[in-house]
Amino acid sequence: MLLSRKWLSEFVDVPEMSDRDFAEAMTLSGSKVESTEVLSEKIKNVVAGRVTEIWRHENSDHMWVCLVDIGEAEPVQIVTGAQNVKQGDMVPVAKHKSLLPCGKAIERGKLRGVVSNGMLCSLSELGLTLHDYPDAIEDGIWIITNPNVRPGDDIGALIGLDDKVVEFEITPNRPDCLSVIGLAREAAVTFDRPLREHTPVIKGSGGDITDLASIEIADAVLCPRYTARMVRNVKIQPSPEWMRERLRNSGVRPINNIVDITNYVMLEYGQPMHAFDFSCVDGGHIIVRTAREGEVIQTLDGNDRLLTTDMLCICDEHKPVCVAGVMGGANSEIVGDTAMVLFESANFNGVSVRRTATALGMRTDASSRYEKGLDPANTLKAVQRACELVEQLGCGEVIDGIIDVVPEPFPAVSLELEPQKINALLGTDIAEEEMRSILQKLGFTLSGSTVSVPSWRGDVEHYSDIAEEVARFHGYNNIPTTLLSGDTTCGGYSEAQQTENRLGELCRALGYDEIITYSFISPACFDKISLPADSPLRDTLKILNPLGEDTSVMRTTILPSMLEILSRNFAYRNKDVRLYELGRIYLPKADGLADEPKILALGAYGGGADFYSLKGAVEEILRALRISGAVFTAGTENPSYHPGRCAVITLGGETLGVIGQIHPTVAAAYGMDCEVYCAELRFDVLFNAADAVPVYTPLPRYPAVTRDIAVVCNSSVTVGRLAEVITAAGGKYLRECRFFDVYTGAPIRPGCKSVAFKLTLLSDEKTLTVAEADEAVSAILAALHEQCGAVIR
Amino acid sequence: MKELLRELKERSLSAIESADSAQALEELRVKYLGKKGELTAVLKQMGKLSAEERPAMGQLANDVRAQLERRLAERGEAIAAAALEHKLKSETLDVTIPGAEYRLGHRHPMYTVLDEIKEIFIGMGFDILDGPEVELGEYNFTKLNIDEGHPSREWTDTFYFTPDSRVCLRTQTSPMQVHAMETRTLPIRIIAPGRVYRKDEVDATHSPMFHQIEGMAIDKGVTMADLKGTLNTVVRRLYGENTVTRFRPHHFPFTEPSCEMDVQCHKCGGVGCPTCKGEGWIEVLGAGMIHPKVLAGCGIDPDVYSGWAFGMGLERLALRSYKISDLRLIFENDTRFLEQF
Repeated sequence: MLLSRKWLSEFVDVPEMSDRDFAEAMTLSGSKVESTEVLSEKIKNVVAGRVTEIWRHENSDHMWVCLVDIGEAEPVQIVTGAQNVKQGDMVPVAKHKSLLPCGKAIERGKLRGVVSNGMLCSLSELGLTLHDYPDAIEDGIWIITNPNVRPGDDIGALIGLDDKVVEFEITPNRPDCLSVIGLAREAAVTFDRPLREHTPVIKGSGGDITDLASIEIADAVLCPRYTARMVRNVKIQPSPEWMRERLRNSGVRPINNIVDITNYVMLEYGQPMHAFDFSCVDGGHIIVRTAREGEVIQTLDGNDRLLTTDMLCICDEHKPVCVAGVMGGANSEIVGDTAMVLFESANFNGVSVRRTATALGMRTDASSRYEKGLDPANTLKAVQRACELVEQLGCGEVIDGIIDVVPEPFPAVSLELEPQKINALLGTDIAEEEMRSILQKLGFTLSGSTVSVPSWRGDVEHYSDIAEEVARFHGYNNIPTTLLSGDTTCGGYSEAQQTENRLGELCRALGYDEIITYSFISPACFDKISLPADSPLRDTLKILNPLGEDTSVMRTTILPSMLEILSRNFAYRNKDVRLYELGRIYLPKADGLADEPKILALGAYGGGADFYSLKGAVEEILRALRISGAVFTAGTENPSYHPGRCAVITLGGETLGVIGQIHPTVAAAYGMDCEVYCAELRFDVLFNAADAVPVYTPLPRYPAVTRDIAVVCNSSVTVGRLAEVITAAGGKYLRECRFFDVYTGAPIRPGCKSVAFKLTLLSDEKTLTVAEADEAVSAILAALHEQCGAVIR
Repeated sequence: MKELLRELKERSLSAIESADSAQALEELRVKYLGKKGELTAVLKQMGKLSAEERPAMGQLANDVRAQLERRLAERGEAIAAAALEHKLKSETLDVTIPGAEYRLGHRHPMYTVLDEIKEIFIGMGFDILDGPEVELGEYNFTKLNIDEGHPSREWTDTFYFTPDSRVCLRTQTSPMQVHAMETRTLPIRIIAPGRVYRKDEVDATHSPMFHQIEGMAIDKGVTMADLKGTLNTVVRRLYGENTVTRFRPHHFPFTEPSCEMDVQCHKCGGVGCPTCKGEGWIEVLGAGMIHPKVLAGCGIDPDVYSGWAFGMGLERLALRSYKISDLRLIFENDTRFLEQF
């Protein structure tokens, strides 16, 4: 909302203060100021001047030299290239060292050898258009026709640049503040100055509107009120300069007197209005109804609009003439020969107007006000003001009588003033008198402890709303600051959150950087990771109105997100990348909502990343969380992963996750031609298996015996199997069996491999003898031979 | 003989002094003190001496032996010390060569900021809540006093999963207020950080997915003064003890009175500069007293209990903390970016 300070001053005298102080005070009382534009700063040293003499430039066939009286002792000589200047004309003169709204700075100079002490200005150089001064010409000097202008008069003031425009950000609950009067009321209370309210006075010209027009509301829900007055013998002309300035400073383009009046009233009262050329309303009968199937209207912007049956329209007996609250129809537009005008000042349902405006793709000044829900009491005041302006501007004769259709009366809202409750909510000790004073100044009426809410404050419906009114003007920053009292609570992380935090720390300690990825993915990702067509993971929650295909389904696997980020880093040529994310996946539930389990994703490429380094990281995470018993089984079935370099990890029969090299085809689909490794681990399984408190194991009191063994076995026997057999056969002294090498190649037979383990043997009761250690190792070797066909190397 | 010993002593001592290695020293020891050494040889001749001469000579020979042994030991230590010194010198390193590489991973900067905020609230007795992102419109809107027809419920603004707008992606963390009120016992003090979603195209300041932190306290006698006090404490912990704040009236459907909190621009101290867009203040969060309708709708008697709530955007906070100019960097996850934090 752009507010002209000059316009504001008609309703309230704001005390002298800086623009910054004004902005701050308004902001702190609830009308947030976004910016202040001092229009006078855009123009400097430009005055009116009368051309006293004019002659042809001696060295040019198109330039003229003028002597101009600018109210100073001597006239100044100025060269102009314009052809429309005559002796005696009043023109805008940019003097030496002047600044123009178009951004030009003017200095004295010579034009083809002749001194020019400034410049004569055109409309556009003054930031104006023909809309502002319809009697001017576009390509030439603006000849000022206002007879009251004298040489030396400030042009800035003449064209309304002696004003300041304040831009407000108005919250949607306060459509009343999308008006000069609404903001004036707020300013009046903010600065404790009286609000000068204005009651329009209309002389009238006889006749009776009801003889000429009739209005019918067919949909009272969408149109709670429709008020109209009529004007005859209309003379369409430009509106006066002061009105055009006000409109322009408020960001509205002047059109003609009747249209300008409707916009002026909208800005002043916050009530959008529309003017119909009444001769185009067939039958003089206005019907407010929803559009019929297939009805089309050409709106004022010249576009044909196909209407739908939920759109409210203003119609005559045959056709729509206006899209209610949005834009008028071209068929009833005010044009040069309009003679009879009907002013509409109506109240429409906000949601309906918003949806219509959105559907038609035309949000207008009117619709953006209506959509917030307007004060139904305002329609009458606004139409009266419009008629007053018609008489004031002399642009027509107001016909007596008003048509005001109100299908249902509007209930008045009243509340109890409960000062102690308000103070209890705010934590203040504000006197009841102060509360009453604030409310009264805001237009609330108090009778005993009953507060009647003014019609324009539809947002006030509860004592807490009253509390806000009081707090706003008492000052939010005058409310004390205290800390919560009452029962002490012991806050903190839940066990699951602690495990999440720990997991993150572990990943980072292992060198993995944390990433944050979008929860939605493209459905094409499933093909990209080679997910089988019948995979249950393809059953996703689909966003029905996504931004695009790329973000249209909720991920059921975290792998595509990780691969996308790995791929992006690969494209950026980032080396040795290690990433992790603890993120959710979204699995559809029968009730339409989602299971949202968290998954830990690890991803790596470069810098020696291989299966075992990633597996080592996972194993270290498990150890740190004191999770034992994880089993890694070759996973050949997961098409996203390399069939020979993938393991399914289980924990007590439950699937913990998967780890492996990304299938080269999948990596290639993500634009990566290197080995890429990923792991996906279910957080819930990790959390349930994690042991929070470690239990101390006594340190060995006797020295351990270590033995390295290397056995040769068939290549198909896994190290895991060998270790299993060793552990089972090791007897009571075997404490640890650690794999440390595997070897193939000569002199090992083809098809075989040599595997080496370090065995640690230990007793809690005694120092083991060589014989005891040998016995255990023999038993192990025997078992390896018997169960795995492995022989000592 | 006396002469012989004296000569031997002088010769040997001088040889020891000039020995420059442990090996040379050992050779000297053998040469003089060994079984076939020169001193030993002299001593062997002791028998030829008279009984009167023997004690004095014996004394003298022993003195020479002791002296030789002592000098050998001393010289040995000196040589060892010199050798060590030499060895250490030869081991000298260029300490300016970079150390061996250890690589810790990095916390995402946005979550670092979040951790900081969580810790502050935990210190004030708050729990951290986690909740669903696929949410019922009833929780995301209706129970928060956002009626059907409110613009934020439009399909142009909110992502929906069902044609009847029943299930959506939460557009704010505020539905966590409702979940907390419905499931927890009073008094309630929680914060609920998490992902939220709005239909905004990606640009330098927008993302269809972003993060908010919801905070809420409900008890008997909770006031707007408490809200101000708590939030002031939080921003002072975040931005420093001298942080200046102000509260402005604002509007949210689920709080009344509602406010926004600004902090005075740290760059210009409130005078106005490009960082604060000339306003002197930077908006940090929205807050207010929980609307009595919302409390009642969640089964809490607004005549007995009151509460406050706030919501703040995490991305903007992180961007400001680290002077990051473009929101897209947050979700791009370029390691060159991540590893700066």
